[in-house]
Amino acid sequence: AMDTDLSSQDRKDLDKFIKFFALKTVQVIVQARLGEKICTRSSSSPTGSDWFNLAIKDIPEVTHEAKKALAGQLPAVGRSMCVEISLKTSEGDSMELEIWCLEMNEKCDKEIKVSYTVYNRLSLLLKSLLAITRVTPAYRLSRKQGHEYVILYRIYFGEVQLSGLGEGFQTVRVGTVGTPVGTITLSCAYRINLAFMSTRQFERTPPIMGIIIDHFVDRPYPSSSPMHPCNYRAGEDNGAVYPSVEDSQEVCTTSFSTSPPSQCVFTVTKAHFQTPPPVVTDTLKVPVMGLAFSHQLSSSRLSYQPAALAVGSADMGYPLLFAGGLTAAHPHQLIGPGKEGGVPPVPSQPAHGTQADQERICTPLDGAHYSAVTPSSSEDTETVSNSSEGKCGSPHDLLETIFVRKVGAFVNKPINQVTMANLDIPFAMFAPKNVELEDNDPMVNPPESPDTESPLQGSLHSEGSSGSSTGNTHDDFVMVDFKPAFSKDDILPMDLGTFYREFQNPPQLSSLSIDIGAQSMAEDLDSLPEKLAVHEKNVKEFDAFVETLQ
Amino acid sequence: GPAGRSRSAMNCRAEVLEVSVEPRQVEEAALAVLHTVLLHRSTGKFHYKKEGTYSIGTVGTRDVDCDFIDFAYVRVSSEELDRALRKAVGEFKDALRGSGSDGVGQISLEFYQKKKSRWPFSDECIPWELWTIKVNVVNLANEQERQICREKVGEKLCEKIINIVEVMNRHEYLPKMPTQSEVDNVFDTS
Repeated sequence: AMDTDLSSQDRKDLDKFIKFFALKTVQVIVQARLGEKICTRSSSSPTGSDWFNLAIKDIPEVTHEAKKALAGQLPAVGRSMCVEISLKTSEGDSMELEIWCLEMNEKCDKEIKVSYTVYNRLSLLLKSLLAITRVTPAYRLSRKQGHEYVILYRIYFGEVQLSGLGEGFQTVRVGTVGTPVGTITLSCAYRINLAFMSTRQFERTPPIMGIIIDHFVDRPYPSSSPMHPCNYRAGEDNGAVYPSVEDSQEVCTTSFSTSPPSQCVFTVTKAHFQTPPPVVTDTLKVPVMGLAFSHQLSSSRLSYQPAALAVGSADMGYPLLFAGGLTAAHPHQLIGPGKEGGVPPVPSQPAHGTQADQERICTPLDGAHYSAVTPSSSEDTETVSNSSEGKCGSPHDLLETIFVRKVGAFVNKPINQVTMANLDIPFAMFAPKNVELEDNDPMVNPPESPDTESPLQGSLHSEGSSGSSTGNTHDDFVMVDFKPAFSKDDILPMDLGTFYREFQNPPQLSSLSIDIGAQSMAEDLDSLPEKLAVHEKNVKEFDAFVETLQ
Repeated sequence: GPAGRSRSAMNCRAEVLEVSVEPRQVEEAALAVLHTVLLHRSTGKFHYKKEGTYSIGTVGTRDVDCDFIDFAYVRVSSEELDRALRKAVGEFKDALRGSGSDGVGQISLEFYQKKKSRWPFSDECIPWELWTIKVNVVNLANEQERQICREKVGEKLCEKIINIVEVMNRHEYLPKMPTQSEVDNVFDTS
C-alpha cells in the first residue's frame, strides 16, 4: 500500500532524487575530509549536474566508489548507505573516526509533494551536511593530515557498523526528509575519545603511539570494500580512468611516523648527485655489518616512491620522528619533508631493538668527511658542525640520512682512522676539523711522529709507543702491535689488526646510557634545527654516498 | 527597530544563541552563526520562464577558517552577502566596544515577508524567523587563557552550528517560494 498513492512519475522522480542525493552526500563528506578548503561558485544558470541547486563538485573516483557500493540500489529500510571515515598512521595502524549514515525508515509522508517539497528539503539537508561536516572532530584532523597520518574513506551499503568507533561514541543528526516511501535520515556517529588526540598532539608531544594503540582494534567485520584516501587529487585525473584500489592506497601512504622520543631523523630529497670517487663503492663492502645493512635499507628505500602529498607538505621543516622501539611488526616507513611537496621515502627500519641500536648515517661530503650523528648526544652535534664548517661545499637545501642498525664495531666517538680522504665510509664517526688530507691520515700513512690532529690519531700513536693513552677518550684502548693472520684488506688501506683493535672496544653508546623514556621529544625537536643546519652543510657527502647506493 | 514598519509578532519563531567571546573573536563568531543561518536560507536566483515555469540558480559554497578561533564554517559563495554581513558585524563590534570593557550585546537577523498593502497603508513586513546572537565579551589576562579560549569558543560554535541545523530541520513555516518576495534580512543591533 505504500506506493499506491504515488504516481509513477513521482516515483521515478523520487528514486532519482534519492539516488543523486546519496551520491552528493558522499561527495560532500569525502570532500570535507580532503584536508583542503572547498570553494565552489554560485551561478545563476544551473547546469545539469547542479543537483539540489547546490554547486557540489563531483570527484569522479568518489562517484565511482559510491555507485559501486550502491550497486544500483537505493537506501531503504535496513539498507543504509554508510561512509566510513578513518585515520591511518604511517605505521599502517588505522582507526575509525566517523560513520555517516544515510538511512531510510518506514515513516511515510504521503501528503508531501515530491517534485517540490522533497527536492527542496533534500537541498536543505545537503546544506546542513555541509555545515555539520565542519564541526565534528574529524574535520580538524583531516585539515592537518598528510604528515603523520592520512584520512581514508570507505563506502558500504547494508547494515550500519558502529562498533569500530570505540566506546562512548556520539551521534549528531544532520536532518531528515519525509517522503511518500519513507523518511530519509542522515546522521553521523563519531568517536569522541580522539578529542584529546587533537592535531596538537601530533605536533608537539611524545608517546602518541600510546594513545593510538588504545584505539586500534581489529576490525570486527572484515570488509570487502576497500579504503580510499580522501585526499586523492581528482584534478589530476582525466576522469575517465579510475585508479585501482591498490594504486590509490599507494598514493595515500605517504606519511610520517611518530614515535616515542628516541632519535630524530631528518630526511630530505637530494638536490642532485655528486660523482663519488670510485673507491666509495668498494669501501661499502668493507666487512662492517652496518654498511651492508645500510645498503639494504637504502635499496628498499629507493624503490618506494610515494606520490606527492596533499597541501602543506612543501613547507615542512620539522623532522620526522623515527619510530624506534615500537612493537610494530612491520618496517616503518619514514618519510620526511621534501621539496616542492614531494615526499621522499626514508629507509625502513625494523622496529626491534632499542633506540640505541640505531645510528644515523650521513653520507660523506666531497669524499673527505664522514660524519654521523647519534642525535641523543649533543656533543656529537657540535663535532659534526665543527667538521662541516671545515669542509662543506655549498650547502644544498636538503640532505639525506639513513638509519642503520647499530653494529658493535661502531663507536660514536671520533674514530679517525676511518676519516680517510677519498674513502666514503658511511659509518658512525666524526671527522675532526682539520684532518683533510690523505697524508694526515694515520691509516694511510701511519704517523711517525705524533700527529694530534685527531684524537684517535693521537691515541694510536701514543698507545703504540707508550702503551698508555694520552689525550684520547678511549681509555680502554690498549694498543697491541701485532700482525694478524689476515693482514691486509686491499679495499681498506689499513690492516685488519688495526681495524680490529680500533673497533674492538667501543665505548658505550651515549644513547644507551640515557633513559630513553626520560627524554622529551620537545628537547629533541628543539635541537633539530641546529642539527638540520649541520646536515645541510654536509649534503654533498650525503649525496655522494647515496649515489653509490643506487 | 526601524520606524514605520508594522510588525506582527505572531507566527515568528525566534531562536537565541549565546556565546562568550574575547573582543577579537566577536566578529568571527557572529559571522559564523549568521553565515550558517543564511547558508540554509539562501536560494539561487529565480528565473521565471514562460509557461509558468521557473528555474533556480545554483548556490556555491566555500570554507572559511577563523583566525582567532579554532573553528571553520561554510558560507554561501556570495561576496555581496559577505560584505553586507561584515559591515553589520563590524558596526556591532564597534558598538560593543564602546559600551565598556566586559560588554554584553546582541545582533539579530530577521527574515520577513513583504505584504503589499493598498494605499494609504504601507507595505507590511511580517517576520517569520528571527535569529538573535547574544554576545558576552570577556577580557582575558594572559596568553594561556587566550589559547584555551580559542579552543573553547571553537567547541561552543560547533554546538551552535548543530543547534542551527536542528532548527532548520524542523521544516517549520517557510514562505512559499514562488510567492515570497526576495529573502531579505534586517540587521538590528542593540
